[in-house]
Amino acid sequence: MTGEGEAARVYALHVAVIALLVALNFVLPEYHHGVLARVLVLAVFAMGYNLLFGYVGLLSLGHAMFFAAGLYGAGLPLYHLGWGVVPAFAGGIGAGFVVALAVGLLALRTSGVAFMIVTMMFAQVFYLTTLYFGEWTRGDEGLVLQQQARRITLGSGTLDLTNPVTRYLTAVALFAAALFATLAIVRSRHGRVLVAIRENEERTRMLGYDTFANKLTAVVISGIICAAAGAAYALLFGYVGSTFASVQYSILPLLWVLLGGAATTLGPLIGTLFMYYVIDITSGFTSAYMLVVGAMLILLVLWFRKGILGTLRERWLGWLP
Amino acid sequence: MTALLTTTGLSRHFGGLRAVDDVDFSLEPGEIRAVIGPNGAGKTTFVSLVCGRYAPTSGSIVFDGEDITDMPAHMRVRRGIAYTFQITSVFANLSAYENVALPVQRTLTDGRSRGAVRQGAMEALERVGLANRAHEPAGALAYGHQRLLEVAMGLALKPRLLILDEPTQGLSDGEIENFIALVREIARDATVLLIEHNMQVVMELARRITVFNAGRILAEGSPAEIRANSAVQEAYLGTVREAGA
Repeated sequence: MTGEGEAARVYALHVAVIALLVALNFVLPEYHHGVLARVLVLAVFAMGYNLLFGYVGLLSLGHAMFFAAGLYGAGLPLYHLGWGVVPAFAGGIGAGFVVALAVGLLALRTSGVAFMIVTMMFAQVFYLTTLYFGEWTRGDEGLVLQQQARRITLGSGTLDLTNPVTRYLTAVALFAAALFATLAIVRSRHGRVLVAIRENEERTRMLGYDTFANKLTAVVISGIICAAAGAAYALLFGYVGSTFASVQYSILPLLWVLLGGAATTLGPLIGTLFMYYVIDITSGFTSAYMLVVGAMLILLVLWFRKGILGTLRERWLGWLP
Repeated sequence: MTALLTTTGLSRHFGGLRAVDDVDFSLEPGEIRAVIGPNGAGKTTFVSLVCGRYAPTSGSIVFDGEDITDMPAHMRVRRGIAYTFQITSVFANLSAYENVALPVQRTLTDGRSRGAVRQGAMEALERVGLANRAHEPAGALAYGHQRLLEVAMGLALKPRLLILDEPTQGLSDGEIENFIALVREIARDATVLLIEHNMQVVMELARRITVFNAGRILAEGSPAEIRANSAVQEAYLGTVREAGA
């Protein structure tokens, strides 16, 4: 149960996080400024994943396809059809919606391990499709979106997404939107039902809830958030390639969320940031940086099963959403 | 009076096992009906067919004049059939409040006021005497309290038919006394279908008793009639004494 004071504290924390991210724009050195912009977009991807995995308890191994649907949904029309930034972004979200709805309708007929396998297979189909249409996508090599195409004209001024400051602040804006959307969902009645499905689906059904419809809604919302991240990635960083549809990008959000804390609103950001820097720093010393990541995950599973924020919440901060 | 619930030729087979076999059953509105029978007689399977957890192999179910045979379980709950589980199945990691808030918000049609969920949930907890434990995780409650929470979740659905599957299993004598009083109170505005092994509870509460044996209805009647029925005694004797002990 949430009292008024607790709600105020939760919102204050989230607003403070956004304020901190905006403030960092002015103090970060150039390199870390660029890294953080990228991390924020990937954290949105992780948040979309967390909604389904953390709150509904559905472990998907195919979320790369939702990210890539956004990436291609935005990148292809911009590259080939000369769409503007805004319609391209909408196109990415639309593609995410369609893919999530279709995959959800089919994959939700299964549960548990079968759900993992089915989502992974769909994602592989998506990945291979991006390779098959290499004439349009250029496969692994990918497409580079030109600077001129990544501008929004607003009246007399232009918003240049290739400018580091604009890019960073756009990433913060997207992150804030996804964060408050997640917060609103998990604190809503629908969020309560999603958690109930995670805890005991049969019981939830016997309380009169159409658990299939609720799960499908969650898959679609999760898919849209991930697609928004993918579309933003294409528009902000100007690269659209098949790598983002590969199985690696289905596993990564799972790891980010586990590391930061599943079913916490801020965990995905912390997990993504942490892992990005671990890889960034260790790869400077050794080419076997994945070994470090592996060791870190083993430590996590042994001592911090609930991830960084999940452990904090369990021990000290019970009010964290 | 027209029946609230009628089943006609209702059967459910699991492979070769006829768990429920050609059952014609009818329930009047407002009554407390006990369903008894030896273990494996098909009682839980029968109520699971009624509430939609299983699909019947054949036969039909009519609830309040509407054929619900093919209706999914969650729709039946919305029509007013609530089922409380035999094996306690509260949401262990959620607070007692959250457990009842779920069914309460389901029944609210306006869906706007935050206060309405809170009020409804606290009411349901008060009816079973758990209001002062609203914030405790359901899994940390004593077993008897978890059973009561399970009933509160059923009550919060404002059911027209409340199915209680062995609700007193594992409760102490004192808790059983309270429970009998609670069911009487529930029965003032709902019909109650009670699967029960404890004969004291059955005799005190039920106006009519249905006896199941091997998937079929063996006998049906008032408590006195059932007590005097020789077929029931044959199928059931010994189990009665054991369960009553």
